[in-house]
Parts: sequence; C-alpha cells; structure tokens
Amino acid sequence: MRPEMTATPRLAPGVRLNEKTQEPRMLLMPERALRLNGPSLEIVQLCDGKHTVEQIAEKLHALYSKAEPERITGDLLGYLELLHKERAVDF
Amino acid sequence: MTTIPTPLALVAELTHRCPLHCVYCSNPLEMVKRDRELSTEIWVRLFKEAVEAGILQVDFTGGEPLARPDIVELVHAARQAGLYASLITSGLPLDETRLTALVNAGLDHFQLSFQGSTEQTGRQISNTSSHPHKLRVLEWLTKHRIGVTLNFVIHRQNIHELEEMILLVEDYRPGCVEFASVQYYGWALANREALVPTRGQLEYCVETLKQLKERLKGKTRVVFVLPDYYATYPKPCVGGWGRKLMLVSPHGDVLPCHAANVIPGMQFENVKEKSLREIWEHSPAFCKFRGDQWMQEPCKTCDRRHLDFGGCRCQAFLLAGDAAATDPVCSLAPTREKVDAVLAHVNKPKPAILEENPQFVYRPKPG
Repeated sequence: MRPEMTATPRLAPGVRLNEKTQEPRMLLMPERALRLNGPSLEIVQLCDGKHTVEQIAEKLHALYSKAEPERITGDLLGYLELLHKERAVDF
Repeated sequence: MTTIPTPLALVAELTHRCPLHCVYCSNPLEMVKRDRELSTEIWVRLFKEAVEAGILQVDFTGGEPLARPDIVELVHAARQAGLYASLITSGLPLDETRLTALVNAGLDHFQLSFQGSTEQTGRQISNTSSHPHKLRVLEWLTKHRIGVTLNFVIHRQNIHELEEMILLVEDYRPGCVEFASVQYYGWALANREALVPTRGQLEYCVETLKQLKERLKGKTRVVFVLPDYYATYPKPCVGGWGRKLMLVSPHGDVLPCHAANVIPGMQFENVKEKSLREIWEHSPAFCKFRGDQWMQEPCKTCDRRHLDFGGCRCQAFLLAGDAAATDPVCSLAPTREKVDAVLAHVNKPKPAILEENPQFVYRPKPG
C-alpha cells in the first residue's frame, strides 16, 4: 500500500533507530535490523508522526536539488511502501 | 581463509527455571541450577562487551526470563549499553506493575508464547495453568507502545486449534505473529512421536496461513516456521553457525546455538574467562562449522551451501550420528531415509485411543 501525500508516517511499535553515536546507523526491529544510509536515514528520521509525506518530499527535494523532484517523490513513496510492508512504518 | 562475520544478536539464556514444563522445551536435558546462574554484574558487563563486538540486539530468554528477580535491571542495562532489547516469555510470572517497569526500563519488544488457544491444551502441553493469564498480559500490553509478537508453537496436538489462534491474532493485531512448528531437539525429540504433524495437518496449515498472510498484509507480519522434517531443503539453522548469533547459557558458557551441547567433543568457553569478541572470533566451538571448509558431499559442491549452510549441525548429529554430515532433512542427504521413516510412522493411521492420550515426558524443574 502506498501512502497518501497527506499521511504522517510513523515508526511502528518496537521499531527504532539505534543511538546517534552508533555506526553504522540501523533501523532496529524485532529479530531484524536494516542498515540505513543517505536518503534512507533522512526519510526514517522524518517518520515521526508529525511530518506529512508531502513535507518529507519537500525536504528531500531541497537536500537533493540536482535530482528530478518527481523521481525523488516516486522513490520516497516506494521506500515507505516497503517499510510499511515490513511492518516498520505505520501510516 | 574464512572471514568472520559480525554477530547480530546475543541470546541471553538467563535461567533454566520456568513455571511451565513444556513437552517441546528447547532447553538441554541437563539443566543449570539456580545457584550456578550468572550474577547481575556479569550480565551487565556482557551487554557492553556485546556492543563492542558489534552486536545490535539482545534476546532475553530462558527458561523463563521473568523468573530472574533482576530482569528489569537487566533490560535497563542492555538499553543503556545500546542494545535493542527483546523479551521472549511465557508471560509468567508477570503483573501489570512489573510490565510497566519493563517498558519504562526500555524494553523494545515483547514476544509472548502460546501453547494453544485454550486452557486445556495449554495444560496438556505445559502441565501448568497459564492461558487465562496470557490473555490478561495481552490486555495489559495494549496500554503500551511496544513491539509485540505472538508466538504459537504448533504440532500435532494443537493444529486443530489453528482457527481459534487466528481469531486471537485478528482480535489483538500484534505487529507480528509466528506459527512456529516444533523443532526436534532436547525435550521435543523425546516427545517426537506425539508431536510431528501429519501431512494432512501440514497442508491445512500452509493453506490457512497463506490466506492469513494475505488478509493481514500491512497490519500483522505472519511468519510460518515449517516443520523441517517435511522440507525439501534444510533451514539455514541459526542463520549459519557462528554467523549471526551467540548464546550465553545461564552459567556463562557461550554456544553457537541452544542445542550445540548435544554434539560430543564440543568445548565451550565461558564469559568468566574470555570476552565475547574473543570467543566469537577464536573459540574452537564457533570456528568448527563456520564457513564451508568442514562440509562433506553433497553439501561441499552444492549450489545451496551458502543459502542453508548445510542445515542444522545438531540435527545432523542427532539423526545421522555425524555433526558434519548434511542435515538429514535435506532431500539430497544420504541419510534422508531416517527422516522419511519417522514421517511414514507418523502418517500411518493410529488407534484413536493413542491419538487422544499421548504419553508425554514433561520437562522438570532444574532444581
């Protein structure tokens, strides 16, 4: 399921980032861990139940101004869909 | 030369004490007594060592980890050290205040095991009353934002309750549900005859759980652990020997998996003498079946050897008499006939009286 642009994704219960001081940054969940880097870390950090998908997309557009905005939004929706399927994110 | 992978999880087998006496318990037949259990201080040191060795998660298990009076302190120390903390529990002994204390200490994930969907089955399997209490624990859990997995251990004596187990899942909607078929080591091996499901039961499970998976997509993750006697290829046991996890027993021995002590001649090092990293990297027990140098044919030249790592070493020893043999559940194993003989026996029609009254050996208290 793809999120609506107005949805506010949030990490699912039992899912969290490891500590800021730990390298590499990982998304920790029951019996699994997902390595995060670059955009995936930026996206996960914004899955706080406050930012809308629209707002997350805007932040990514600003961070990656050289890439096509439509492409970035498409990748973002795809990544959120994956995290949702893995029960890492609710929206 | 085998490169040494980074471990993912520390399995902290805190104690062998448990209020339940499950007929398929994965604890060894020879259990560690209370007075030999590691102290709080040693466990706290181990959490720091685990993080230094690159470990991300700790699974508190047992026996029953809640039987340790210091469990809240241990969860807190694990979180402080930087670990993701899971509790794998029967839910006994627990009250609401203690659950809140565990959550406040930073517990990330609570895995609650079920022996069936009714008190009667729970009693038959664990020789204890626990089902009504588990339902209370579920109720308390709804008040906290914490990861929850329901774990149903399934086998011939409770597969007929699958629909009721599913109702419980749909009612509660945990993040994850596991339907874990019994694996035949320790107490489960002693009770194998009464536990191995029939082929008909297995087909029913596969179909029912496929539908459940579809229905709960995006809501609850549904995991089905197949009874490996029926598999074509073996499971990648513990994610590969010495690749993903290290288990610390109640008295501090460090094992590559919970059953490794059934393999004769294995020497385990103890956390009182060496650090976790040293043990992970150099312990003969961990090095023994790491990589693929130890493999025999057909594993040695098999395309799947880095997918399933030859299956389970303990099962190879228990069924084929050689821990370096191909796991006998593999359809390519020269000893597959041993597993087929068990299945042939299980699938033979039996008098109803035997089906209704299995003669179980219950796991005793460790003393």
